[in-house]
Amino acid sequence: MIRTEEMLLNVGPQHPSTHGVLRLLVKVDGERIVEAEPVIGYLHRGTEKLAEDLSYTQIIPYTDRMDYLSAMTNNYAIVHATEKLMGLEIPERAEFLRVIVMELNRVASHLVWMGTYLLDIGAMSPFLYAFRDREQILDLFNELCGARLTYNYMRVGGVKWDAPAGWIKKVEQFTTYMQKQIKEYHDLVTGNEIFIGRTKGIGSYDQQTAIRYALSGANLRVTGLNWDLRKDAPYSIYERFAFEVPVGEDGDLYQKYLCRMKEIDESLKIVAQAVGEFPSEGKIMGKVPRVLRVPEGEVYVGIESPRGELGCHIVSKGKDKPWRLKFRRPSFYNLQILPILLKDENLSNLVAILGGIDIVLGEVDG
Amino acid sequence: MDTLLLYLGPVILLLIVLGFVTYAILAERKVIGWIQGRIGPNQVGPWGLLQTVADILKLLIKEDTIPKNADRTLFKLSPILAFVPSFAVLAVMPFSAQIQFANIGVGLLYYMAVSSITTIGILVGGWASNNKYALLGGMRSAAQMISYEIPLVLSVVGVVLTVGSLNLNEIVAAQQKTWFIFPQIIGFIVFIIASVSELNRTPFDLPEAESELVAGYHVEYSGFRFAFFMLAEYVYIFAMSSLTTVLFLGGWNAPFGWTFLPGILWFIIKFSLVVFFLYWVRATMPRIRVDQLMQFAWKVLLPVALANIVLTALLKEVPFLAHYY
Amino acid sequence: MSEEEKKPPVRPKPAAKKPEPKPLPPSPKQPVMDALATTLKEKFGESAVMEGYINQPNDHLCTLIISRENWLPVLQFLRDEHSTPFDYLQNASAIDYETHLEVVFHLHSLEKKEMIAVKVRLDHENAELPSSTALFPAANWNEREMFDLMGITFTGHPDLKRILLPDDWVGHPLRKDYVAFDKEV
Repeated sequence: MIRTEEMLLNVGPQHPSTHGVLRLLVKVDGERIVEAEPVIGYLHRGTEKLAEDLSYTQIIPYTDRMDYLSAMTNNYAIVHATEKLMGLEIPERAEFLRVIVMELNRVASHLVWMGTYLLDIGAMSPFLYAFRDREQILDLFNELCGARLTYNYMRVGGVKWDAPAGWIKKVEQFTTYMQKQIKEYHDLVTGNEIFIGRTKGIGSYDQQTAIRYALSGANLRVTGLNWDLRKDAPYSIYERFAFEVPVGEDGDLYQKYLCRMKEIDESLKIVAQAVGEFPSEGKIMGKVPRVLRVPEGEVYVGIESPRGELGCHIVSKGKDKPWRLKFRRPSFYNLQILPILLKDENLSNLVAILGGIDIVLGEVDG
Repeated sequence: MDTLLLYLGPVILLLIVLGFVTYAILAERKVIGWIQGRIGPNQVGPWGLLQTVADILKLLIKEDTIPKNADRTLFKLSPILAFVPSFAVLAVMPFSAQIQFANIGVGLLYYMAVSSITTIGILVGGWASNNKYALLGGMRSAAQMISYEIPLVLSVVGVVLTVGSLNLNEIVAAQQKTWFIFPQIIGFIVFIIASVSELNRTPFDLPEAESELVAGYHVEYSGFRFAFFMLAEYVYIFAMSSLTTVLFLGGWNAPFGWTFLPGILWFIIKFSLVVFFLYWVRATMPRIRVDQLMQFAWKVLLPVALANIVLTALLKEVPFLAHYY
Repeated sequence: MSEEEKKPPVRPKPAAKKPEPKPLPPSPKQPVMDALATTLKEKFGESAVMEGYINQPNDHLCTLIISRENWLPVLQFLRDEHSTPFDYLQNASAIDYETHLEVVFHLHSLEKKEMIAVKVRLDHENAELPSSTALFPAANWNEREMFDLMGITFTGHPDLKRILLPDDWVGHPLRKDYVAFDKEV
C-alpha cells in the first residue's frame, strides 16, 4: 500500500539561507510545508542584561552588534533615547553627520539585503555587485570612524568624530555614483522573468495582519500603509529633508523588493540634501557632563532602522547606569509572522519568504 | 596498430576529458569572476592554472567518510553509476571526420538512452545518504531529468526528420551547407533550454539548490566520491556541448567555406562558445521554482517541441524550402 | 588619573536633581489623559485605573497603570472600541523595580498617530498575567521573552516556553535578584 509520510526537516541553525543562526523546524509533505516553527536564541548575548552594569557610553558598542548591518541606526537609538530623557541639545553639525551616516547605512543595509536575497533565489552576480557598492560606503565609514562594521560612532550629545577633510565631497560623489548604479540593478534584476516568477504573488499578507503582528519597516509599508517614523514621528532633523515613503499594494515579495530599492533611492536623496546643506563648521558634541547621570524616569523612542521600528526603552533611576534597557528589535517582531506565511508553501518559497522579511539574527536574538 | 588504438584511444580520450574538466572548472570560475567584477582564482600556479589540480588533489587525499546510517553499498555505487554513463556517451561523438570511436546507426538514441542512467545514480545517491536534504535533492533531480528528457528528445526529432538518420556522422554531413540552427531554430531553443536543465545548471540547478537544499543529493559525499559527482557533471557539459555542436552548429564543418582551419579546430571553437554560453547563463539567472520548472517542461517546452516536429514535416513538403529540410 | 581623582569630591550634580522637585508646566496632553482615564473608569470601575500620568520627557506620553484584573479588557477596549484605536503593539517590555514587577505595553494608533503606555504591576512571587496573544499576535514572542528573562507567567499563552535562553536554564536573568551562575561573569 502506498502511503505518504510527513517529514520533519531541520533547517538551520547552520544553513546557507537562514542568514545566521536561525533554526526552522519544518514539517514537510514532499515539498509542501505543513508547519514551520522558528527556533531562535542561538545568538543571544544578553545585551539588555549586560547594559544594566554599563554606563550609557559603554552600552553604545554593544548596540553595534545587534543589527550589525546597520550599526549606525542602533547607535542612534540608544543615544537618542538617552538624550531625550536628559533633554539635551545636539549641535547642528552633529545632527547632519548622524543623518548622513544613518542614511548611508540604510543604503548599505538594503544593498546587503538585495544581494543576499538574490543569492537565496539563486542568482549569484547581484550579490557581488551589491557588495562592491556597499564596500564604498564601508570605506567612507572607515574613514570617518575607523571601523567598517561596528562603528561605535555616536555619543550622547553628538558624535565622536568630525568628518575628515574632503569626506563630505566623497559622500557627494558616492551619492551620484550610487544613483546611477541603481539603474544597473533594475536592468539586471527587476525585469527578469524568473525573478518575477519567483516573487510576484508569493508570501503576501494584508494590512490588518501586518498591524496585528506589529510588523514595521518595508514589511509593513508593502501592504500599502504609509508608515515611516522619519515622517510620522520625526526625530533628529529629518523634517528638513524632502523625501518620499515608498509603499506597496498587496504585500508580496516583489513589492517588498521594489519598496526597498526605492528606499535606497530616497535615502540617497536625503544624503544629497544633507550634504548640500552641511554646515561648514560647528561643534560635534553638545554640552554633556563627563559622567552621564540620566534623571530618573522612563522613555521609549522608536526610530526607523532599515529593518523597521527600532525602539529603545530606558528606565533610569538617576544613576549613571540604566535600571532597565529594552530594545524593540524590529527583526524580532517581523520574524513572528513567518509560520503563517510559510504554511502550505513550497520548500523553494521558504527561502524566498524568509529572505523577504530581512532579518538579522544578531537583532532577533538580542 | 588498430588493436592498440582500440585500447589506447579511450584512455587518451579520458585524459583529454579530464584535462577539459580541470580547465573547464577554472575557466568557469574565471569567466564568472570577470562577469561579477572579480579576478577569480589567481594564487595557485601562474594565472591560477593549477587551482583545479590542487582542488582535485585535496579531494583525493581527503578522508573517505560514509555516514553511519547510510546504505553503504548503494552509497558507494552511486558515484560510479553517475559517472560511467557520462563518459560512455562520448563514444559516439564525432569530434571531426576522423576522430570518432563508434560510428553506430542510432548514435543519437544511444546518447539519450545512456545519459539518462545518471539520474538513477543521483537518485540512488540521494536515497543512500539517509539525509533529508539529499533525498529531496534526489527526488527533484529524478523529476526534473525525466520531465526534461522528453522535450530534449522531441526537439531533436526535427533534425532527425530532416536528415533521415540517427547517425551523428550523417547529421553532421547534412549540415555542410546550412547548419540546423537556422531551419531548426525552434528545436534549437527547446534543445538548449532542456539541455541546461539536464545538466542541472542555473537556472535549473534545483537538485543542488545551495540556498535551499544546502547541496542537494551530494550533501553527504566528500573526498573522491564527491569528486566523481563533480566529474560527471562536467563531463556532461563536455558531452552536451559536443552534442549541441554536432546537432545544430554543423559539427566540424567550417562556416562560409573557411576551410583554412582544420575541422577539429572549428569543432573546438563552436564547442567553446556553447560552454561559454552555459557559464554566462549561470552568472545571470536566478533559480526557477520546482513547480514552475515542471510547468515549463510540460506546458511550454513539450508543446513547442511537438509543434516543431509537425512544422518540420510540413515544410519538408514545401517545394522551394524543402532543400533546407 | 589625577584628573579623575579630583573629580569625585567635586561632583557638581545637583543639576540633574534640581528640576525634579520643581513642578513641571502642565502638559498639553493633560485633557486627553483625563478623558481617557475617565472613560476607562466609567467602563471598568474606579479600581481599573490605578494611576494615570504624563511622561513629559518622552514627548508627553500618556501613561496608565491598569489593575491586573482589568488588563485584558482594557487592552481590548483600547484596541477595538476607543475613539483612537490603539491597534499597533509598538513595544512590550517588563521591568523589575525590586518592590514589584511592571509590564509595559506601548501602544500606537496608526490612524491618529497617537501613542500611549499601558502598565500593569505584578508581585515577584505571583507574577502572573493573562496573555494578550489573542489580541495582539505580536505579543506572542514578547510574552515568551518576558517569561524567559523576567519570569512572568502569561496564563492562556499558546506556547509559553523559553525563547532566547536554553530550555534548561535556571532563573530569569533580568530580575534584579538573579544570581549569575558564574560569578566571574
